[in-house]
Order: sequence, then C-alpha cells, then structure tokens
Amino acid sequence: MDDFVLRALVAGLGVALLAAPLGCFVVWRRMAYFGEALAHAALLGVALGLMLDVAPRFGIVVTCLVAALLLVALGRHQPRLASDTLFGIVAHGALATGLVLLSRMESVRVDLFAYLFGDILAVGSTDLAWIGLTLLLVGLAMAWLWRPLLAVTVHADLAAAEGIAVARVHLAFMLLIALVTAVAMKVVGVLLVTSLLVIPAATARHFARTPEQMVVIAALVGMLAVAGGLAGSLGLDTPTGPSIVVVATLLFALGLLHTPRDEAPVSR
Amino acid sequence: MAESAALVSAEHLVVRRSGKTLLDSVDLDVAPGEIVTLIGPNGAGKTTLVRLLLGLDRADAGRVIRKPGLRVGYLPQRLQVDPVLPLDVSRLLTLTRRARVPAQHAALVEVGVPHLLHSPVQSLSGGELQRVLLARALLADPELLVLDEPTQGIDFTGQAELYRLIARLRERRGCAVLMVSHDLHLVMAATDRVICLNHHICCHGEPESVRVHPEYLALFGPKVAADLAVYAHHHDHAHDLSGAVADGHEGH
Repeated sequence: MDDFVLRALVAGLGVALLAAPLGCFVVWRRMAYFGEALAHAALLGVALGLMLDVAPRFGIVVTCLVAALLLVALGRHQPRLASDTLFGIVAHGALATGLVLLSRMESVRVDLFAYLFGDILAVGSTDLAWIGLTLLLVGLAMAWLWRPLLAVTVHADLAAAEGIAVARVHLAFMLLIALVTAVAMKVVGVLLVTSLLVIPAATARHFARTPEQMVVIAALVGMLAVAGGLAGSLGLDTPTGPSIVVVATLLFALGLLHTPRDEAPVSR
Repeated sequence: MAESAALVSAEHLVVRRSGKTLLDSVDLDVAPGEIVTLIGPNGAGKTTLVRLLLGLDRADAGRVIRKPGLRVGYLPQRLQVDPVLPLDVSRLLTLTRRARVPAQHAALVEVGVPHLLHSPVQSLSGGELQRVLLARALLADPELLVLDEPTQGIDFTGQAELYRLIARLRERRGCAVLMVSHDLHLVMAATDRVICLNHHICCHGEPESVRVHPEYLALFGPKVAADLAVYAHHHDHAHDLSGAVADGHEGH
C-alpha cells in the first residue's frame, strides 16, 4: 500500500472514531442542522485563518465555536424565528462569506474543492498528529461528559434539578463538535462533514439497544464507510470524500432492511 | 405560615416576563411530610413557581430558601424520549444517580411496575412512564417530591390510582410532596393543603376550606364548584379525605 493511501486510511478511521460518539449525540439531540451550520461556518474559518495568517485549523475551531455561541444566543433572543431557519441563515451566510473572502485573496492559491469536499489523499503527518491529539482529547472529554450529557439529552430541566451544570455541559459539547468539524473537514470537506456525524449514528440505531452500543456500532459503520469509500475511489478514480459518504449511505440503506427486535410500538 | 423547619420556603417571589407579572409576591412553605397542591387556571404561574423552588429559574424579587442538603425528587411536566435514543427503564432510572439492579427493582416494586425494568422507555404508556419517573425520584430517597401535573395524559382511573400511590408513598416514606394539578376533584382527596394560585395566592388552606372560598369559586366558576359539590356529596367523605379512605377504594 502506498504511503499516502495508508495515511488517508488511518486519518479516515480516526475521524470515523471521533465522529461516532458526537454523531450519536447530534442525532439524539436533533442537532443535525446545528452541525451543518457549524460545518459551513468552517469555510469562513479557513478564510479568516488565511487572512490573519494563522493555520486554517485554528481559524476553523474558533469560527465554529463563535458560530455555535451565536446560534445559542440567537435562539434565545429571537423567539420569532424557528431554530432551523436561524441555522440555515448562519450556515449559508457563513459559507457565502467564506467563499467571497477566499475569492478576494489573490496572494494565496486556495484549492476550494479540497475544502468543500475534502482532500483525504493529501493528509500529511501533521494532519495525522492533529487527528490523534483530537482523538485523545475527545476520548477524555466524552468519558467525563458521557453521563451528564446523556441526562441533559433526555431532559435538560430534570438534569438541572438533579445538580448537573447544564450550560457547562452544552458548551463543552459544542466545543467538541467544533474540534471534530475542524479535523473531519480534511477527510470529507465542509459540505459533507455532517453526513459523517449523522449517517453512521442513524445506521447504528437499527442495531443498538443501549446508547453505548449505538456509539460502538456507529464507529464500526463509519470505519467501514471510510475503508470502502477509499478503496472505491482508488479503484474507480472518484473523489474520495463523496465516495465515503456514498458508502455510508449505502450502509444506512442496508440497515433499513434489518428489523430491530426492540422496535417500540409507540402508540399512545 | 412561616415555619422554621420548612423544607423549602418562598418569600415574596416576583417574576415578570415581557411586561407581565407572572408571580406577584408569592409566599409558600412546604413542611416535612405534608402534601401541598398548587392549583390554578392555565397560565397562572404554577410551573413558574415550581421552577423557582427547584432552582431552575431566578425570581426578579424575593427569595427561595431550601433546607441545606435537601434531597428533591422531581417529575417534570412532560418527558418524551426521542425514539432514536435506545434507552431502557433501567438506564432512565440511573441517568444521574448510580443504583444497583436490586435497588432499581425495589423502587419499581414500590410504584407497582417491576416488570418494566428492561422495557424501552418509548414503549411505556403515560401512566407507566409517570410511575417509572416516580421510582426514579424515589431512588434519591427524597425528602421532597415535586410533581408538575403528574397525571397529564392519563385516563381518569389511572389518575385516581396515581394520586393514591402518591399518598401511600408519603405515608410509607414520610416525604413531603408538592404537586401542581388541574384535577381538582382528585387532588382534593389526596392533599393536606391546597394553594390556589392566579399570579398571586388567592387562597390557601385545607381542601375543604379552599373549596368554599369565594376567590376559589370566582376563579374556577360555579360549574366546577358545583361538580365538586356533587362529587363530595356522592362519595360522602367530606371530613375524612385521607389516604386511608382512598386506599379502601382500591380493593375493587
């Protein structure tokens, strides 16, 4: 196996592992649009990073975090607009601003396609180090956050009444999403980051009976999608990021065929 | 009504939201072991008051004093777990508090649904879910149970059963209960003290005295008041509406 293929595989598997626990929470908390908005804001982060001459990675994390806080604040003070409307505005406003800023930057040659759809075959050892570091950080944070975040997901007020610092847990969760968006962008790009969070988690739901099982299965599905998508893109000479998402979607479709044993007949 | 031994006290609570006064100088005490019921029309500020007492929101004026280290069990008004989250009853019981399976089982036995331990939360009926949530609250060995409209979405028989269960739990465990309710008829039978709230406290006292209070009648109208009179007459427990009498009905 060529070095660049091996690096791409390791990076992809790492990102699939990262995406699994966070993706499950995104799905449980119905935050897919929120994730999408952050991912789109990431392109603005790239542009700002390049303008300010700092690594795009930092630009992405900071911009995602600011966008997250902005969304929370807007949601609180704009009760007239539904949150999916706000998310749509922030997502596309940030994406468009990012595109405009990047087009104005004559000094830098920016490979826009790589940012939008990922460039996993160009993963370098620095990228791998970042993915490893993020994996460690997210792993530790999730170990600490798991129980409180699950409690907040089931019922925020109940968790608060039982002594959980809900606002702090939310903030930590958003920071983690921002971090994962920043590293996952390299693999599937701004436009497809959310799919890596949401599709494996949604696929796992058919097979899982506990929250933890769902995360493990989501990680397996994500890794399978990465391996399959990478192999497929090399064989068929297709873009790798989209190929990974296509494989993930196929796995989801396959999962639909499986009838879960604990299918809850929700009839009230 | 100020008692130094109160579990939780509200003093002159005022809450204003967008120009409206939701709570206007509300005082309230819950003493150990008593069942206090908050009634009032929709939008009267009942849930607002409960949230203040739980420490979920802040008042614009006044204060809430809780006994230091008070153990509170809380049942929110609505709890709906998204079907996408695979969660069984056992996990719901231990979300914020660890408990071994025997303890979980014992708590479910106490509320009469031990067979649900491993059921998916989404498969429970409204009444089953409320019982499970009660069991969850009991695992904390609460001194105070706070129930916000515990019988919402439960049929009439189920409501009566749930109130009897709450009364029994209070007798067995000696915990105080503060509940919000719409079910005037049923609440009257299972409560020591009623507080009638409509932004301010209209009247309060034992169920029998509140029932004939002019402010209460004005608030709920003669129709409800008449229904209530019929109900009280029909069952003829006007003076001894206690858990014991209610329990006596359970046999059939």
